[in-house]
Amino acid sequence: MFSIRAAAYSYSESGTPALDGVDLEIEQGEWVALVGANGSGKSTLAKICNALLAPTQGTCFVMGLDASDPQNTSAIRQNVALVFQNPEDQIVASIVEEDVAFGPENLGLPPDEIRRRVDRALLLTDLELYRARGSYSLSGGQKQRLALAGALALEPDALLLDESTSMLDPEGRDSFLSCLGELNRRGMTILQITHRMEEAALAGRIVVMESGRVAWDGPPPDFFDGGYLRWSFEEPPEMALHHALLTRGLIPQGTKPGVEDMLEALCL
Amino acid sequence: MRFMSAPSIGQFIPGESFIHGLDPRCKIVATVILMTGLFMASGIPDFLLWFCLLLLCSALSGIKLGVILRSGRPVLFLVLVTVVMNLLWTPGTELARLGPLRITREGVLLASSMGLRLLFLVIFAGMLMMTTSPMAFSDGLERIMSPLSLLRFPTSEMAMMMTIALRFIPTLFEETDRILKAQISRGADFESGGILRRARSFIPILVPLFVLVFQRAENLAVAMESRCYVPGARRSRMNPLKWRGRDSSALAGLALFVVFAIFCDRYLFKAILAWLAMR
Repeated sequence: MFSIRAAAYSYSESGTPALDGVDLEIEQGEWVALVGANGSGKSTLAKICNALLAPTQGTCFVMGLDASDPQNTSAIRQNVALVFQNPEDQIVASIVEEDVAFGPENLGLPPDEIRRRVDRALLLTDLELYRARGSYSLSGGQKQRLALAGALALEPDALLLDESTSMLDPEGRDSFLSCLGELNRRGMTILQITHRMEEAALAGRIVVMESGRVAWDGPPPDFFDGGYLRWSFEEPPEMALHHALLTRGLIPQGTKPGVEDMLEALCL
Repeated sequence: MRFMSAPSIGQFIPGESFIHGLDPRCKIVATVILMTGLFMASGIPDFLLWFCLLLLCSALSGIKLGVILRSGRPVLFLVLVTVVMNLLWTPGTELARLGPLRITREGVLLASSMGLRLLFLVIFAGMLMMTTSPMAFSDGLERIMSPLSLLRFPTSEMAMMMTIALRFIPTLFEETDRILKAQISRGADFESGGILRRARSFIPILVPLFVLVFQRAENLAVAMESRCYVPGARRSRMNPLKWRGRDSSALAGLALFVVFAIFCDRYLFKAILAWLAMR
């Protein structure tokens, strides 16, 4: 899905590079959590994957298309949708369904197809009841789901989420994450930038960015089994419990870190 | 508590009424006709006719009259200034004197008609925005202005700019309110002192607001680009505009009303008043 080789990017010629030789391969259907400190290059990498920026060095291929080639820009953006941190910054229209239709309208699709996509995106994000409402009247969580619906209406193969849950309350975040889980089960590739380790733990793979480079890449259990200590990330409670149960021999090796899996292992 | 709230003018109220269902082009042209008619209205009885039209619009839009009338609130101060200026500086037959100030019969008539005209203009413009979503409004405007694209006028960009401007009215008021509260909590005083001092005290609000607006504009531009928006490129519509028979009927009915109102103002009401005076 994404094939990034020695990608580098600088916002100014004299400044520190935001990306400094990133190598990353992401397969179709993967859910990857991109973590790292502020300024480590996560958002720049997401923008390169969406062809909003072109790497100054190296290459980025999205579905086999070179993201540096302006001729591929439209095809890449149709297949890779980006959801930002603040939903207020990405809602264009005042009415929910009109905003969801913005992307498909830009593609010049016929009205019936736009309506079908809008219906589907609103259904997936559980916003059907709000379709005729003003976007300004939605709650923070609903606005973020609207931003997601706008991205999904493009019917992309991959979703890039740039700290999209950071402004949500716990309930809104749970609902948003369960929506992401459902999309991933349907085969959508997800690249999620986050600072929350409990969200990173949901992904199938964690990539740590540090000073514009990939500093660590692997599955969540390996990361939380000591790997995270290097970057002083906070271990999610589930992972801490899993680790404690394993070291005390209360659950067999190989038990997954999910609550249900651990309960089942404890009851055996 | 809110210090700043978005004015009700420009806020779309979703609905399924007859007026909501009209083509936005019809509503824009109708508003222009209404405004032309209002500029020609002069007597108080004529404004009663216009008020009847407002009642009809309220019934046909399903929006309460009180809500429609509230859209005139942002210009109340302007109306008041206009009324006072016309009341005190119009020469004519003196009705009352207050020191150097004279109130004339002509002044009363002119002040009342000017004030009412201004109010009705804003209320009818508000009515258009209340019953037309910003997207539909800009679509309508784009289609009306489409002949200008032959002269390379960027009609679609203009329409998109208008959609975004309307969409951000409530957001900007919210942000202003937030900055205002933040500055008050840090000891800012916006209420004491003379005009100059008060004006200066608003600088700490304007600077962060401008920074925020530019930041928002940049973020929105990136978000629009990522959603495949290309300035000037052909876009399709989920709800393409369709001119129906009811649009033509509504426009014809309104034009007839305006002609009737002008006739009443110029001839009928004057004839009735003359007849009453004779009796």
